[in-house]
Amino acid sequence: MADTITVNGTAHPVPDDPRVSLLDFLRQHIGLTGTKKGCDHGQCGACTVIVNGIRINSCLTLAAMHDGDSVTTIEGLGTPDEPSALQRAFLEHDGFQCGYCTPGQICSATAMLEELAANWPSDASESLEESIAISGEEIRERMSGNLCRCGAYANIVAAIEEVAAGGRS
Amino acid sequence: MRPFQYTRAPSLTEASHLTAGEDTLAIAGGTNLLDLMKLQVETPGQLADINRLGFADIENTDDGGLRLGALATNTETAVHPRVRADYPVLSRAILAGATQQLRNKATNGGNLCQRTRCFYFTNIDQPCNKRKPGSGCGAIDGVAKLHAILGTSDQCIATYPGDMAVALSALGAEARISGDKGERNVPVRDFHCLPGDTPWIENVLEPGEVITGIALPAPVGGTQIYRKVRERSSYAFALVSVAAIIELTDGKFSRADLAFGGLAHKPWHDPRVGKCLLGQPPSDALFDKAADILLEDARGFGENDFKIPLARRTLHSVLAQATEGAA
Repeated sequence: MADTITVNGTAHPVPDDPRVSLLDFLRQHIGLTGTKKGCDHGQCGACTVIVNGIRINSCLTLAAMHDGDSVTTIEGLGTPDEPSALQRAFLEHDGFQCGYCTPGQICSATAMLEELAANWPSDASESLEESIAISGEEIRERMSGNLCRCGAYANIVAAIEEVAAGGRS
Repeated sequence: MRPFQYTRAPSLTEASHLTAGEDTLAIAGGTNLLDLMKLQVETPGQLADINRLGFADIENTDDGGLRLGALATNTETAVHPRVRADYPVLSRAILAGATQQLRNKATNGGNLCQRTRCFYFTNIDQPCNKRKPGSGCGAIDGVAKLHAILGTSDQCIATYPGDMAVALSALGAEARISGDKGERNVPVRDFHCLPGDTPWIENVLEPGEVITGIALPAPVGGTQIYRKVRERSSYAFALVSVAAIIELTDGKFSRADLAFGGLAHKPWHDPRVGKCLLGQPPSDALFDKAADILLEDARGFGENDFKIPLARRTLHSVLAQATEGAA
């Protein structure tokens, strides 16, 4: 049986060329262009996807390393008719300008809310052991791997704060 | 990226065989290695994927310590309940580095083996004795803001960039290494090398050796602090960092385990610095004496001259925080 990677519920064969990054696999091999290539060096976060529930930079990993894994991209989070809670909040709060970083921001924030729910601490957390209070400072630190060159940060934080306060999508 | 062969190592023995070859590198998380391969700083003919070899667990050891699997991610380590409770300096150091996405992928073993972020090393158009022996060092008399002030050589002034290993040095952790000659334990304090005349040798791993775990000693308690000074408050490498485990008994230092990041080609651990504190009550004069010892042989290269007073003040500040109310 050929090695496969499951993306948004559909299995796809792993590419033959080992150089193919998970990002290029998503965009060029299976046509899911929602995930964006920014720096291609793990610095900007535009390529953030969720692999087995964990957010990673898809540019800094090889597709060949992910056979058997389950990947969720922005296309798997919601649709124009049925957006996820975060997608809706980004629209309501105008959490973007050009929109290029937005799929990465939303995938990142989606997984980040799970990390908060699991009480994973961050560099901004006062205590490593007590329950973490959701704050703008926590969100900014936890989202520092996602750059927005338009500078929509204030609205991105507002969108995430709203969803974080109102429960999960 | 240059073409390479991708091989999933079926066993640790096979991983050793594969990586004993000059042209083969092991890949785990890959966040640093793939970045360097895209820059053609690294051009291996083969990658041996060790991700499915199993040593990813975090387990209690018989002596009350904790064994961190080399393939456990930085995140799994930082959020582990025992690391948070018993080794907070390690959680703090990991959380102070990189981004959540990178920490989610990066492994403990890979973190120890990460390469310098010296601009001359990562730019193949520049001279670099580490990347291309004999080509010179661009950083000496060049852009050297991030560079070392301790343990440098006339061949290389690069820094080890990580945070995790600085905390591991303060904690006295040991790396478990497996190779075709068997297994050995190496204190993290001795794992990385100074550049000397061989700046391309960054650690003591021999060809075919693979890190399988990191052993933390039984918890020592104390006040544990990781202070990282950087140019922006998130996702930046340390200019100076201090990992400190401090304990006072009857108003005097009874434990002072200190390690420093951003200062050298390795996490810097000078046993004389902690030793000068032991048995003494905390005071500004004592903190200055510790800094004098730490920085006795410090040398700046122009752009990084500021690191000498910055290291002094950061150490002073950490010691003051750790002993607050006792001085």
